[in-house]
Amino acid sequence: MIRLEQVSFRYANSDALRLRDVNLEIPEGELALVIGPTGSGKSTLLGCINNLVPQFTGGVRSGRVLLDGIDTTSLLPRELATTVGYVGQDPLAGFVTDVVEEELAYSMEQLGFSPSEMRRRVEETLDLLGIADLRGRPLRNLSGGQQQRVAIGSVLASSPRILVLDEPSSALDPVAAEDVLALVSRLVRDLGTTVVIAEHRMERVIEFADSVLRVDAGGSVTHGPTREVLAGSPIRPPLVELGVRQRWDPLPLTIREGRRHAAEARRGWVEQPPTLPAPPGAGPVTLAAERIVVRYPQVVAVAGVDVTLRRGEVTALMGRNGSGKSTLLWALHGAGRRDAGTVRGAEAGQVALVPQTASDLLYLASVAAECANADAEAELAPGSTLEVLQQLVPGIDPQSHPRDLSEGQKLAVVLAAELSRRPGVILLDEPTRGLDYSAKQALNGILTQLAEQGHSIVVATHDVELVATTCHRVVVMAEGEVVSDGPTRDVLPGSALLATQVAKVTNPVPLLTVEEFLDALH
Amino acid sequence: MGRYFLPRPIHPFAWWVWAIALAVAANGTTNPLLLAAIVAVASLVTFARRGDNPWARGFMVYLVLGAAIVVVRVAFRVLFGGGDGPTVLLELPEVPLPWWVQGIRLLGPISLEAVLAGLYDGLRLATMIICLGAANSLANPKRLLASLPGALYELGTILVVAIGVFPQLGESVLRVHRARKLRRSPAGRGRRRRHKVVETILIPVLSDALERSLRLAASMDVRGYGRHGTASTNERRWTTSIGLAGLVVVSVGAYLHLSRTAPGPTLLGFNVVSLGLLFAGGLLVALAMRRAGRTVNKSTYRPIRWQGAEWLVVLCGSAMVAAVTITQRSAEAAVLVPAISPPTWPELTTGLLLGLLAAALPAFLTPAPSLADVRVLNTAEGLS
Repeated sequence: MIRLEQVSFRYANSDALRLRDVNLEIPEGELALVIGPTGSGKSTLLGCINNLVPQFTGGVRSGRVLLDGIDTTSLLPRELATTVGYVGQDPLAGFVTDVVEEELAYSMEQLGFSPSEMRRRVEETLDLLGIADLRGRPLRNLSGGQQQRVAIGSVLASSPRILVLDEPSSALDPVAAEDVLALVSRLVRDLGTTVVIAEHRMERVIEFADSVLRVDAGGSVTHGPTREVLAGSPIRPPLVELGVRQRWDPLPLTIREGRRHAAEARRGWVEQPPTLPAPPGAGPVTLAAERIVVRYPQVVAVAGVDVTLRRGEVTALMGRNGSGKSTLLWALHGAGRRDAGTVRGAEAGQVALVPQTASDLLYLASVAAECANADAEAELAPGSTLEVLQQLVPGIDPQSHPRDLSEGQKLAVVLAAELSRRPGVILLDEPTRGLDYSAKQALNGILTQLAEQGHSIVVATHDVELVATTCHRVVVMAEGEVVSDGPTRDVLPGSALLATQVAKVTNPVPLLTVEEFLDALH
Repeated sequence: MGRYFLPRPIHPFAWWVWAIALAVAANGTTNPLLLAAIVAVASLVTFARRGDNPWARGFMVYLVLGAAIVVVRVAFRVLFGGGDGPTVLLELPEVPLPWWVQGIRLLGPISLEAVLAGLYDGLRLATMIICLGAANSLANPKRLLASLPGALYELGTILVVAIGVFPQLGESVLRVHRARKLRRSPAGRGRRRRHKVVETILIPVLSDALERSLRLAASMDVRGYGRHGTASTNERRWTTSIGLAGLVVVSVGAYLHLSRTAPGPTLLGFNVVSLGLLFAGGLLVALAMRRAGRTVNKSTYRPIRWQGAEWLVVLCGSAMVAAVTITQRSAEAAVLVPAISPPTWPELTTGLLLGLLAAALPAFLTPAPSLADVRVLNTAEGLS
């Protein structure tokens, strides 16, 4: 169905190849998962299928692209609209109209479908995606998961034979992400659409992926059966990691398979419980907030929440989107709205907050200028922020433009600038958004290091694996209230949604990470 | 008959023709009774037949704007005089002004004639604006753009996208402004920081907008936007020439008609030459549109068809204009422009009343709009 022959790609202003001699063939009706570190060229590979790369991005591409046996190498993306449906990361950015129904029809309008045919297909698509009750709703008022479903529906309505999805769940919370990925798997099974999907929550997709495409840093692409490619991959979900380290064969891809392999170990732990690492002792209180209330005209965003932060402690703030996590962080910092309640310890400059879109804080032309600005604002010796940045993330070129950095690097620059004011408390609002496994590992290192230096840290996140490795305490919010608050080991394993893959495999023994599993065996 | 009244949107062009007819009728009179009646008719039809999109809720804004116009007009007459008559209502002391603003009077005696002149004048302008507001509320501007002929399709798309960008831009500004508050260190506050406001907000917002528009363009391209066949150069040249010629003819015709200087015979009080030119020009433009639209291979989802109700709306609007035009040419023409000096009580004739009644008919005789969001009353989600 999709065949790439000797495809190479580079941007016009650099000699480094983003893709190098890619040869691959994806048969009809297959689901191919694309993995690789951020910036490795996953999006470039996906864009090559419908010629968005290079027709839209610029750059030089060589080689041939064949779809369904037809050479499409030099066609424009719009001419492939009937063959390839493409869904990007941020659904809102791709919407042309503002109502669900019109958005579903947009593509068909462009292709000149007859009104009656269009009407029939819109109705079918509404049912297929289970969004019939949303038909007249404004797109902006939908939740992230609903928006992404509409985005997928809007390309499905004109029934393309190939569906290309570029990280469709990266902007969603876990429940919405599961929703969207379940939809994708159903499309593969029921419609037989050929799907190529890049996804960083790969543990959700690998069980129904027919093959995996691994894009490596040098631009070469490995294509093969899921287990084979994952076993040799530097990036893999914890369950696969565990399977590789334990030499389980066949490699477990689902929790069920994992539990079968681990049955013996679990029986052993029932008789002799493993020694679990003890949580660190509690330090002195750095920030104490009582009865925080934030209310908007129609919604109570935070409803009387108490928070106590201690020195050297990393706290995870979890909960679905819209449960009040962000609002609480802004209220604790003092820059956001706060209608009632007191915060002790948040004196001027004592609390730093890194917002969700870290790049909003970057406006100067180079990293060095941003750092110098932070030095000047905090009245530090010139160069001290840059030094902090180099400690956090070595290898950022100070002369590069902040907009050219990866998401993780941008986050580090903002964090370094905030640290220049020597805050006792650091709040991070969803820092893991758009970070891949290796960037998360780096973030994990940074947070641990900062906690050891005596900072109190709060991380609002959906990423249970990061919470399991980094955070000492978990606070879960729902509808503006705290529903659970306790040590990570007490909160995570007991929850169906928040348990890590390893915790699900070892349940009822509360192990959280691969390392803990291996330690418990010996 | 049962099918006729099934809820459906009325073609936006029909509402625009109706509203413009009402505005034209308002333009031909200063009779406050007639003007107030036109506002009442426009409001009645709008509240009865507007949809539930955000534009529809904007009608109140136009009513308030109209009231403000009347108040300002009258206030100006009170403050600066003009059109004074013998009936002095109130004797205010005149504020002496220096010699270089001679010709302008501040306060002084307020005459009934001056106030009435301001009132009638303001009321006429306010009525016309309210009529346009009614059209905007009754006909969703986006559906209007979607109903444009194929030749104007791309222009319509640009407008739709541009309208959508504004709320996003507003969101970006709010978000960046909020983020900026985080960086405001107590030590660094002062002039040096303040002149950076533009830089710190504008640069992130603009680069955000640029990235977003690129992504939108990619998304539109991927979904087949701009996939129409291309016309040959020769054909395009012809189309452009016909269109331009049509526009020139329309302009000349409109000038002759409005300035009433056209030579030649008249028919029913209308000049044949100017009307003929207008008509011919319109035909040429329509022909050019048709030719240009032929190459656009694009269809419309749930198009609104022009049916009986649309004709009814257009007829009802035209009846109002006809009533005013006929009155103008009859012996009762003075009713349309009631005398101010000396002030006379304004009156309405049977003909005008009939016209008003006809204009109000669409409120009862057209199908109700289909309300998409009846099921969804939960607007709280929009805030999160």
